[in-house]
Amino acid sequence: MIKLEHVSKTYQEGVPALDDVSINIEKGEFVFVMGKSGSGKSTLIKLLLKELNPTEGEIYISGKNLSKINHKNIPNFRRKIGVVFQNFRLLQDRNVYENVAFALKVVEAPTKEIKRKVPLMLSLVNLAAKYKSLPRQLSGGEQQRVAIARALVNEPDILLADEPTGNLDDTNAWEIMKLLEEINERGTTVVVVTHNTEIVRKMNKRVIYIKNGRVVTDGEWGDINEA
Amino acid sequence: MKLNTFFYNFGQGLKNIWRNKLFSLASIATMTACIFLFGLFYSIGSNFKQMVRTAEEGVAITVFFDPGATQDQIDNIGNELSKRGEVKEYHFVSADEAWESFKTEYFKGKEELAEGFANDNPLANSANYEVYLNDISMQGELVTYLESLDGVREVKQSEVAADTLSDMNKLISVIFIGVIAILIAVAVFLISNTITVGISVRKEEIAIMKLIGAKDSFVRAPFIVEGVIIGFVGSVIPLVLLFFMYQTVIVYVAEKYNILNNFISFLPVGTIFHVLIPVSLLLGIGIGYVGSRLTIKKHLKV
Repeated sequence: MIKLEHVSKTYQEGVPALDDVSINIEKGEFVFVMGKSGSGKSTLIKLLLKELNPTEGEIYISGKNLSKINHKNIPNFRRKIGVVFQNFRLLQDRNVYENVAFALKVVEAPTKEIKRKVPLMLSLVNLAAKYKSLPRQLSGGEQQRVAIARALVNEPDILLADEPTGNLDDTNAWEIMKLLEEINERGTTVVVVTHNTEIVRKMNKRVIYIKNGRVVTDGEWGDINEA
Repeated sequence: MKLNTFFYNFGQGLKNIWRNKLFSLASIATMTACIFLFGLFYSIGSNFKQMVRTAEEGVAITVFFDPGATQDQIDNIGNELSKRGEVKEYHFVSADEAWESFKTEYFKGKEELAEGFANDNPLANSANYEVYLNDISMQGELVTYLESLDGVREVKQSEVAADTLSDMNKLISVIFIGVIAILIAVAVFLISNTITVGISVRKEEIAIMKLIGAKDSFVRAPFIVEGVIIGFVGSVIPLVLLFFMYQTVIVYVAEKYNILNNFISFLPVGTIFHVLIPVSLLLGIGIGYVGSRLTIKKHLKV
């Protein structure tokens, strides 16, 4: 589903953010990408979303080489990837319903489809009762659940979550992780970038550990500890 | 674009205008000023050109024939004149008609002095073609051509009048084009500024839209709607103002300065606005469209 072959990314300053990274993530997997600040985790997400292009190497998603996708076709490519951010990135002037509907409007979905899908998605993230609330009226955990609903409403094949629990307390963080696990069990490939070791340990999933732009371990939590 | 997407983007465009009320108002005001000045220049310029055109129509060149020119040669000169595109009209003036005209003009009140020439037309060799042109700037070329024809003795022209009127026409055109170019540049700059403010307010929204799969056209649409609405409103207001102003000025000049009516004849409102309405709307909407499209372009590279 996601394949990186000897990918390097060097910014203009000359410092390599990623250095010869090769990763293979199968369809339906749940993978954590770990590493300290500045290790290259966010660069990896940006490369997967084609916000950035690698300096070297190739990236394949669902069999497609990202370097072969031209600017015009990037929107169609991104519609197959849901994305969740640490700071939620919700539209503050729109309520919960409108924030989720926004993702469908952007892809020019028919009104009927919007009216059918948004309530379903809000039920999935347990926010149906708060559909009229504005983001500022919600807790951090609730805001992240809205962001997840927005990321999933277009039924993507892959969900990328960049530090989804970074702004949440332990209880909310755990709830979000369980929600992501549930989404994964429904068939969506989930890639979570985090540095929350406690959650990673408890979830017991595959972990890719990046240090100074290089993959140093790739395996279960136990393998990381041993490394 | 789907209908619901169109309405969504139209609504977003209106929201943009509302969110940046002050900048939108400033843009509309600038656009109004630009289109108003354009309309004013156009109205004044058109009327002035019309006056110049009327003056031009009164300037004629006169083609005199050789003393021994045959009727065939004279007819041939007439034929050649009829083939020339720059010739609006021409007519033959016989020697007797020339003398009658001269008498009327120069012996008015002293007709008895002219009686001395009763049987001896002093203008016997003055039969001619009086030629009026469509475009007075072509006078020199036509004169050279006519002088080369058989049977032509002399071609008299009013070079000063022709040059002055021709230069005036050119000057009006140059000033008009210059002013319009400056106004368009100012308007595009201001619209671009307004759109930039709108984009900076919605920067996060644009970034999210791009990341969740919005096409460039979808991101661009509300800003283009915003620019086009500003351009439209900014051209309708001055058109209404100019319409009433123009009517008022015509009536005012006609009533207060009726002595000027012999020299100045204003073009009717319909003639001016028949051109001014579509051109101003096109200009306003065009400036709004181009200004917003150019501005949003550099923000789509996410």
